[in-house]
Amino acid sequence: MRLGYSPDIKLIRVPCTGKVDLIHILHAMEKGADGVYLVGCLEGDCHFLHGNLRAKKRVQKAQEILNSIGLEGERVQMYNLSSGEGPKFVQYAREMEERIRELGPNPIKKGLSSAA
Amino acid sequence: MSANTPSRLEKVLANGHFAVTTECGPPRGSDLGVITQKAEYVKNHVDAINVTDNQTSVTRLCSLSCCIHLKQLGLEPILQMVTRDRNRIALQSDILGAAAFDIHNILCLSGDHQSFGDHAQGQNVHDLDSMQLIQTARHMRDEGAFLGGDAIQRPPQMFVGAAANPFADPFEIRVPRLAKKVKAGAEFIQTQCIYNLDKFEEWMKGIRDRGLHEEVAILAGLTPFKSAGMARFMKNKVPGMDVPDHVVKRMADQPKEKQPEEGLKICTESMQRLKEIEGVSGFHIMAIEWEQKVPELVEGAGLHPRPEI
Amino acid sequence: MIVAEQKPIEEIIQEIQDDHSVLILGCNECVTVCEAGGKKEVAVLASALRMHFMQQGDQKQIEEKTLERQCDSEYLEELRAQVDRYDSVLSLACGAGVQFTAEKYPSTAIYPGVNTKFIGVTEEQGYWTERCQACGQCILAKTGGICPVSRCAKRLLNGPCGGSTQGKCEINPELDCAWQLIIDRLSSLDKLDDYEELVPIKDWSPDRAGGPRKVVREDVTS
Repeated sequence: MRLGYSPDIKLIRVPCTGKVDLIHILHAMEKGADGVYLVGCLEGDCHFLHGNLRAKKRVQKAQEILNSIGLEGERVQMYNLSSGEGPKFVQYAREMEERIRELGPNPIKKGLSSAA
Repeated sequence: MSANTPSRLEKVLANGHFAVTTECGPPRGSDLGVITQKAEYVKNHVDAINVTDNQTSVTRLCSLSCCIHLKQLGLEPILQMVTRDRNRIALQSDILGAAAFDIHNILCLSGDHQSFGDHAQGQNVHDLDSMQLIQTARHMRDEGAFLGGDAIQRPPQMFVGAAANPFADPFEIRVPRLAKKVKAGAEFIQTQCIYNLDKFEEWMKGIRDRGLHEEVAILAGLTPFKSAGMARFMKNKVPGMDVPDHVVKRMADQPKEKQPEEGLKICTESMQRLKEIEGVSGFHIMAIEWEQKVPELVEGAGLHPRPEI
Repeated sequence: MIVAEQKPIEEIIQEIQDDHSVLILGCNECVTVCEAGGKKEVAVLASALRMHFMQQGDQKQIEEKTLERQCDSEYLEELRAQVDRYDSVLSLACGAGVQFTAEKYPSTAIYPGVNTKFIGVTEEQGYWTERCQACGQCILAKTGGICPVSRCAKRLLNGPCGGSTQGKCEINPELDCAWQLIIDRLSSLDKLDDYEELVPIKDWSPDRAGGPRKVVREDVTS
């Protein structure tokens, strides 16, 4: 299909979104990512039964934590699709990119550079 | 049943009369005039008046001072005491406080949970429970001693009562629970407001089957509805209250201005039916902020005048 | 186990905001099981706190460590070599662990990172409920193995109160009435007659009312 999306998005493959823990999301943000999103299988279609639902809860928890420390919780998102939905994958990537461009860079980078 | 104390309520019951008690809630301030006014409404129509103890956990003028005031007006108070707010030291001390003014009746309760009241963040004490407060009052009277064992100079002479809710769950222990209160030393019982008469009769049958009605005087509790809204509130919002649908409907079927009258009518009819139940020894009429209607209800039930003691 | 819950992060930020170096100290026991203060929670909290201060240009040094237990001297000793490197230690242990850590290291500020809630059980993952208030004189033999001190909102020893409705407590319709549970259990054990035995007035002196408590076992003291 050769559909394009931003090269700024770094793809990390995991066997299931249920493999992604809260700390992975936070560490990515702490290391300077501007946003993190998980793309899992459709709800009810998890190969490992509930992995994507667990991921969804962890994403919600990450959002809650980010909001509580003054970062925008929307920088972390959960999406779902089926494996055949290439265009949807791209749509999510573009949506995420747009969201992050609106929010601007991760504020911790700005804080660090002003301190330096 | 012979009287053990100078309590007028006890004597009325011991002489085989049907007893009538009512209750009055203290004001949320220090004006005893409110109590005087409420007492004025009911004084010729009841044998004794309960004074509630921070009911629904809303802070009010204390029961003890209102009881002293009633006593000084020449009336017969029943001191309500809950175990929620005081430990065994304070409870015994307040029992003596009442005894010092010759208050001869006590009603022992655990009290509504403080989360319902105006100080939901407060601690609750419950050093004793209601059964144990019954035991305490009886111990102080009968043994002339504190729980700690030391003798009491001029011990309290109190007729000891407890509450019973025939409608709370689980129903199967409602009779055993009363038996337990009797075993603890309760001499009279005031019940929760009765709207479901069939269920009350079933409970009374259980009481009679065990002969409990011969050991304790049961005063059937009544609260007249002022409105259909109140009936619905009692049905849906008050824990442990059993208001059958047909009673709510009967209130709701009346136009608003006729509802108070209907409420009183339901109450009088209930009293007439309850009077006939073997083992019911009297009524406890809780006319919430409607004390002026108590005489009408007492007369309607054919219980006026009250016996001279 | 002792069940705890992490304090709101805003409160934790207030506690440590003036310090330059902070150690987040977890505990491998109860707080790990109830997911409030184990190694994982230490990592998440530390990361969140670092990010919070970083965005304000505050290069606070926030490090992580988790001890086997904070309620035992020998494990707390593991901290001795490094504790001087920190202005404060934020302990995610229960109140006992926080205090014992503070006792061992008098010149370091120790802050609590969790609220210690109760002695309880894991009913299912993520759902913990109270079972014991450490009253010091167990009466479970008389109450069908169900504790009215910890599970009745009025800790009635001769319940239930009049507010018990369809097996639920008057203060919260989601809460089981402890006395309903006791009665159900006595009746399934065919011991309902026991219900009519009055539970005597309780001696609360072994409870917190008697002041701070201790247990001494001469046969095992060193």
